[in-house]
Amino acid sequence: MNLEVREVVGHLADGVEYTFWTFGGTVPGSFIRIREGDVVEFHLNNHPSSKLPHNIDLHGVTGPGGGAASTFTAPGHSSQFTFQALNPGLFVYHCATAPVPMHIGNGMYGMILVEPKDGLPKVDKEYYVMQGEFYTTGKYGEEGMQSFDMAKAIDERPPYIVFNGAVGSLVGDKALGAKVGETVRIYFGVGGPNMTSSFHVIGEIFDKVYPEAGLSLANHNLQTTLVPAGGACVVEFKVDVPGTFVLVDHSLTRAFNKGALGMLKVTGAANRVIYSGKEIDAIYLGAQADAGSDSAKREAELKAKIAAEIKSNPAIAGLTKEMQIEKGKQVYMGLCFACHQPDGNGLPNIFPPLAKSDFLLADRDRAVRIVLKGLVGPLTVNGKKFDSAMPPQEAALTDQQVADVLTYIFNTWGNSGEAFTTDQVKAIRNQTH
Amino acid sequence: MSFRMPIVRCGLTALALASAVKVLAEDTAALRLIPAGTYEPLLRSSQDPARIPVAAFLLDERPVTNADFLAFVTANPKWRRSLVSRLFADTSYLQHWSADLEPGPAAPLRAPVVQVSWFAARAYARWAGKRLPTTAEWELAAAAGYDRPDGRNDAALKRDLYAWLARPVPAVFADATSLRPDFHGIRGLHGLVWEWVDDFNTAMVTGESRADTTLDRNLFCGAGSAGASDTTDYAAFMRAALRASLKADNTTTSLGFRCARDTAPLNAFP
Repeated sequence: MNLEVREVVGHLADGVEYTFWTFGGTVPGSFIRIREGDVVEFHLNNHPSSKLPHNIDLHGVTGPGGGAASTFTAPGHSSQFTFQALNPGLFVYHCATAPVPMHIGNGMYGMILVEPKDGLPKVDKEYYVMQGEFYTTGKYGEEGMQSFDMAKAIDERPPYIVFNGAVGSLVGDKALGAKVGETVRIYFGVGGPNMTSSFHVIGEIFDKVYPEAGLSLANHNLQTTLVPAGGACVVEFKVDVPGTFVLVDHSLTRAFNKGALGMLKVTGAANRVIYSGKEIDAIYLGAQADAGSDSAKREAELKAKIAAEIKSNPAIAGLTKEMQIEKGKQVYMGLCFACHQPDGNGLPNIFPPLAKSDFLLADRDRAVRIVLKGLVGPLTVNGKKFDSAMPPQEAALTDQQVADVLTYIFNTWGNSGEAFTTDQVKAIRNQTH
Repeated sequence: MSFRMPIVRCGLTALALASAVKVLAEDTAALRLIPAGTYEPLLRSSQDPARIPVAAFLLDERPVTNADFLAFVTANPKWRRSLVSRLFADTSYLQHWSADLEPGPAAPLRAPVVQVSWFAARAYARWAGKRLPTTAEWELAAAAGYDRPDGRNDAALKRDLYAWLARPVPAVFADATSLRPDFHGIRGLHGLVWEWVDDFNTAMVTGESRADTTLDRNLFCGAGSAGASDTTDYAAFMRAALRASLKADNTTTSLGFRCARDTAPLNAFP
């Protein structure tokens, strides 16, 4: 195979020019794809217009310098060497001519995929993304031709940290794309020369990550994967819902201020079960309505009273119903009141009332189940029809809190009933449907 | 050709020297005095000295131009593009010239000559009554700033140097005299073309016991800085790497040369 080294002027950002040193005319360099066991005759051609000699160190090559020693090539010359790919994996390659940080810092990196003998599992879309930083004399966004700043490189203070060689290389028209239901594989590498990457796709969970690009072992269900400088990883995920998913280095100043940001645009039908979009935009008045904090004071008084009673009469050590009602009131005023209202009357046609609700009072177990699991669909309360959705609270409330809030609801606004117990709540929580 | 050599003594002023050199008919570059100093090799083995004393010498104030080289190939047909031996210059030798004796639009007469081999550069220097500078001499001269003998802290020089490195090789070069002169009155050591030195192939390491591959590997990756005196001088690394990549018959689109001469009195004066 042939790979041409070219020094080319390109755009690092809008209005910002830079002389990139490249493998194949692009940053990152040409993606090389071979298979384990392949014998490769490699030609490195240094274009006559190059100012400098270059070489290539392929991390997938077993031998001195990864090929660097055999490919040191003056401008306008060509070198050849042959290697056998012994280890499968996704490997970074880069120029290894001194001063190496400058050669890499000007864009001289890419990746070589050595597929295992039996290949990789089939996916619908494959993408090639590499992160690297640029040490420009001007600050981020400063227009005009920028040159390499040696002092910033030595101090590791890059104004730019970008994907695929430029700010905005993967956004807008150049964004990655996929359709709902497809599986996407990203070959992600870090050229550096110095910075590692906390690679993350906002709004996606990696179904599979081959950490550090070792292809024999996949990790599952990861959020962010750390990729070393001069290293790589392979991530795979199925896209389930449409929208724009943002690729970032989750060291987020880099995404926000230095350019390490790309986009994956997924088209197709929405799936409201997996992701609903915004359902409610309601007014929020703070964690608790005033009635809640008053109740907290009352609870403290009751606690003191119980402590005193326990002292004089051990028989009433058990939790009193009154106590439960006060605790439940706090839960209600922190959570339930927003829909069902502080007076328990709900909102006409939207949220059903709890005060003197025939539906509620008819079935105590059902009431527990609705608090825990939520309720969607039409129902009739006190002769009026409602068709709305109550979100499940089982993740938000403890068994004690559910018992307390129901005891409050069943003994307020003219309702009356026995206290709920945690055993009762636990039994229903453990039901599978 | 010794009749063309003027006597040059130590301490001769640059001005007097420039007029002395005018007697040379073909090679028109004026020589400037570079005072004695020391050169700290960028890369060396543990047996090599950290500092190499360099005697005062004379260096062309600008690179050799296409006009100079045209005079040379006119007088020496065997160095013309169509006649040169493949042993001494590769197929890119003077390829940007229009014809053997016609530099043409891509090679203005006042611009530095490029795409010349080390053999050709050396032959030119001998013809001109000069020689190529050594690495130590070239680096000592190039260490000067615009307004001070030690350019390490000359911010203006560094800025110009890295700006030059950031620009691709131009299709047509500017005049050899277009750059700002440095402290010694020399122009274009940085910022115009790379330049051959006489001992380009031994510049890495002077220890003779080391194999070629070991020499080369000193420049790769992290190993490149293992024996280096100043790892922050990226430009020096680039010059070292370029020299190491070359063979004596090689030519490149940005590689030219300039000549030097000893300051010592010459015995052979008619």
